[in-house]
This record gives sequence, C-alpha cells and structure tokens, in this order.
Amino acid sequence: MSGDGSLEHLKREGRIVVVGASLAGLRAAETMREKGFTGSLTMIGDEPYEPYDRPPLSKQVLLGKATADRTALPRRRDIDAKWRLGVPASGLDMAARRVRLADGDEVEYDRLLIATGVRARPWPNEAEGALDGVFVLRTRDDGARLERALAAGPRRVLVIGAGFTGSEIASACRERDLPVTVAERGAAPLVGALGGVIGEVAAQMHQEHGVDLRTGVMVTGLEGDPSGRVRAAHLSDGATVEADVVVVSLGAQRNTEWLAGSGLGAGPRGIACDAGCRAFNIWGIVTDDIYVAGDVARSPHALFGYQFLSLEHWGNAVAQAETAAHNMLSEGMDRRPHVWIPAFWSSQFGVNIKSVGVPPMGTEIQVTQGSLAERRFAAVYGYQGRMIAAVTFDNCRWLPFYEHQIETTAPFPPPFSTVDRRPEGHKPMPADFPDPSVPTHGPTITLSGYSPADRTMTFTPARH
Amino acid sequence: MRLVVDLNRCQGYAQCAFLAPDVFAMHGDESLLYDPEADEEQRENVARAVAACPVGAILVEYDAADGPVLTPEVRGER
Repeated sequence: MSGDGSLEHLKREGRIVVVGASLAGLRAAETMREKGFTGSLTMIGDEPYEPYDRPPLSKQVLLGKATADRTALPRRRDIDAKWRLGVPASGLDMAARRVRLADGDEVEYDRLLIATGVRARPWPNEAEGALDGVFVLRTRDDGARLERALAAGPRRVLVIGAGFTGSEIASACRERDLPVTVAERGAAPLVGALGGVIGEVAAQMHQEHGVDLRTGVMVTGLEGDPSGRVRAAHLSDGATVEADVVVVSLGAQRNTEWLAGSGLGAGPRGIACDAGCRAFNIWGIVTDDIYVAGDVARSPHALFGYQFLSLEHWGNAVAQAETAAHNMLSEGMDRRPHVWIPAFWSSQFGVNIKSVGVPPMGTEIQVTQGSLAERRFAAVYGYQGRMIAAVTFDNCRWLPFYEHQIETTAPFPPPFSTVDRRPEGHKPMPADFPDPSVPTHGPTITLSGYSPADRTMTFTPARH
Repeated sequence: MRLVVDLNRCQGYAQCAFLAPDVFAMHGDESLLYDPEADEEQRENVARAVAACPVGAILVEYDAADGPVLTPEVRGER
C-alpha cells in the first residue's frame, strides 16, 4: 500500500470516468458511490438512453408484453453523475489520462472504467443489410423496430443464426403465430454454447413448435424488390426462402475500435485484464488506472485453467462491475479477484434453459436427472475427470447444487447417483462441440486462452 | 416504478406471479416474464412480491412520492 494518502484523495475528490452507460457501467457507478467515492463521476454512453436492460428485448418485448422504451434499469441508489449520453467515446490518451468524445470534447480522469460492451454483428453485405425489413437485435431501438415489424404481420420471418437470441426470436414469432424459418450454419441450434447433444434437443423444440429449421446451411445472399424491401434469401444448399422480415442473429462484436492506437491491449476479442479487472496494455503489462468490466472484458479465471474468458452474460456484467469498482477504490490486499462462476439463462418455446460453468470446455456430457425427450433434465459437462459445467431445461432449482460441484472441482462422471436418474443418464457421452476454429453464430463464452507452450503468438493490431 | 429480476437467481417459485399477477407472469413451467416498468398502482403488490421472493431476485426502484423518476433524457442532459 502506498499509504501516502493518495487513495483517500482519490475517493474524496478524484475524477472517475465510466465509458459505457449500460448494465455494467451503472452497477459500477453505484458501487463506487456506495464505497464512499465523493469525487466527480462522468458516465459516457453512445446511445441517447439511460442504462436499460437488454434481456427483455428478445422476450417480453417481442411478445408485445412490454415495450422497448420501458426497460430502463432500476437504480440501487443515486449516483450523482454527469451524463454524456448519445455521444460515443472516440479515443483514449493514456499518458494524458483523457478520453476523447466523438463530438470533439475531452474528459480527464484519474481512474477510467471501460464497459463498452458488444454490438450486434451486422450482415456482412452492407447493401443487403440495408434493405428494408432486415434487422439485428441488440439495442432498445432494434427491439422497438423489430416488434413493430412483427406486429405488422409479415408473411414469413427468416432468422439467420440459431444461437440464444436467434432461437428466442424464432420462439416469439411462433407464439405470435408467424411463419418462421431459421437458418443455422452449425448442425443444430445452440450448438456453440451447449454442444451437439443439447443442440439436438433444441432442434426438436424448434420443429415441434412449427419452426422451419434449416441446419448445416449458410445464407449466401439477401434479395430485395425494386422498392428496396427484402423479399427473399438464398441458401448455400440452393434453396430460396421468401421472407419479408429477416433478422440477422450472428452473435456480437466487441466495441474496442475506439481504442485502436491507444496502447491498451484491446482487440476483436475484447480488452484483456488481470483478475482484478485492471486492463493490460499492448505489452501485457497491467495498468493501474484503467479498469474493464462486462462483455468487453477478458479476464483469467482460476477455476477454468486461467483461460481468459469473455462472458456475454448479464450476471457477469453486474459482478465484474462491482469488483472493478471496488478495486478502483482500493489498494494492495484490499483488492479482490473477479472469480464469478459463469451463468446464463434463456427462455424459448416455454422452456427455461439455464447453465453454470463453461460448457464449451467440456468434452463429455452426462444426463444426471430427468430426460432429454421430456425437455426436463439436468446434464453435467466433464473435462479431464472433473465437472466443468451444467445445464438444466425446466429444472433450474437443481442448478445451485451443480454450481457448488463445479466450484469445488467435483469429479466427472459424478461418483454418486441422483434422484430421477434415467437409463440414458448412466453413462457419459461425447458433448459434441463443433471445432472452435469453424465459425458459428458465436458462443456466449469465448475461450481465448492459449497454451503456455505456444510461443508463436504475435501482436496484431485491432481488426474486426 | 422500475424493476429487474435477476433470472440467474430466479428459480420459478412463482410467488411474484401469485402476489402481483399484473406485473409478473409465468411462461411455461418455470420461466418468468415481467413488466420492467410497472404502473404505480401496482406498488403494494410489487412490494409484497419483493418481500415474498424466496431467492430475493427482484430489484425495484419506486418512483419518488412527488413525481416520476427524472431520467437524464427528461432533464435534457447529454
């Protein structure tokens, strides 16, 4: 500890800047005030809205049960911040400790928190992506636009990509009785996040609810009519799908371009940081005044082999923001590591899907309770003889139990039996994750660690 | 009144859907749908739901007694 009073000075009258005014940014700001920070706090956000919640956008909003402009996040406390909304950050001067804004302004900081998150990956062909009727779903405006399009009663919706968001959109369409086609490059929906065994269950759910599911295909082009409205999509198997609403659901890109040339270790995989959320510079040396949290951060996790994990998870945004904020206002051994256990949920076709741990690290899977055919089960993922993750379909009350097993590196296969174990769950089977080098819709967890034996890594400037 | 449910914590006990059915609803056996910006007349029901949630997953910010929450947009800040 420095003990020179500089921390006290920072807490009393320092300047903290948060770039990214969403879930992580807001919860970090609240935590700072809670810890007695009384200096100036500036919140910078590229959208003109105060922090809002995104999960409802693909669920209750698309079902017409809530509206996109009414998802603002509740505050835990007043944060007394200066808000700079509707203006993105455009650059960072680490030496002068200044954030540049797109409108030309500059904001000075003593401590900076970067929580710029991710954005929807756009359709790669810009002209086709600009056709009327082509949507992505990430922001509040996206949600409002897509809901309007669905409410207008399109003849057919095409969803490109069957990850969680794509599957939730397809589910909402069917609930509104809209014909929907889903095109997925992988062998099944959710295969990148949960593997082929669970992906097969997801595929059956789509089909039973009347989704026209096409797997193992790519959309090679979108076609518009003379007025510039999308009318059809061409698939790699030669088929054509006529649709007047197309939702591009191909995962996310990390918002790090504004840091290019700054010297911060930021790129397409996010911003690398240490376990205490302190960002690395391009030499892998930790900074002590720049912190990261949420979807844009990549941090090493002791429980998962110190791999750098990027987690696009709601709970991670909250937990990492709290840890970053705590560490920004602490020194030495008072700082704490971010060791949150990855967890997410999804809700589609009336089924509640939840997971803990890191499923894509698993090589085997065992159905420990319930049955895949009944869509009510718990399954665990094994990695080198230990339990690394678990997933439940409509069986979420068991999840805390499995979370504890994962936290305590319990053996796999589990050495004990569980209630409701069926014959199919007596033996592990291959989890059947696709080759990670083959792109899919994008997993919700990016495993970006590398073997210490691999000395071939070179630094490549940011490029998406 | 704004609310958010931590659905990592939520275990589908449905106490909230029982106590404030105009704000919370079960969707299938254990998924929860809710109105993130509930009307003020639901205040008592929501307060009961918050208190009764077995896993404490509901976070609410009530409007100030003298008017709605002033958002940065409303205040004209940028």
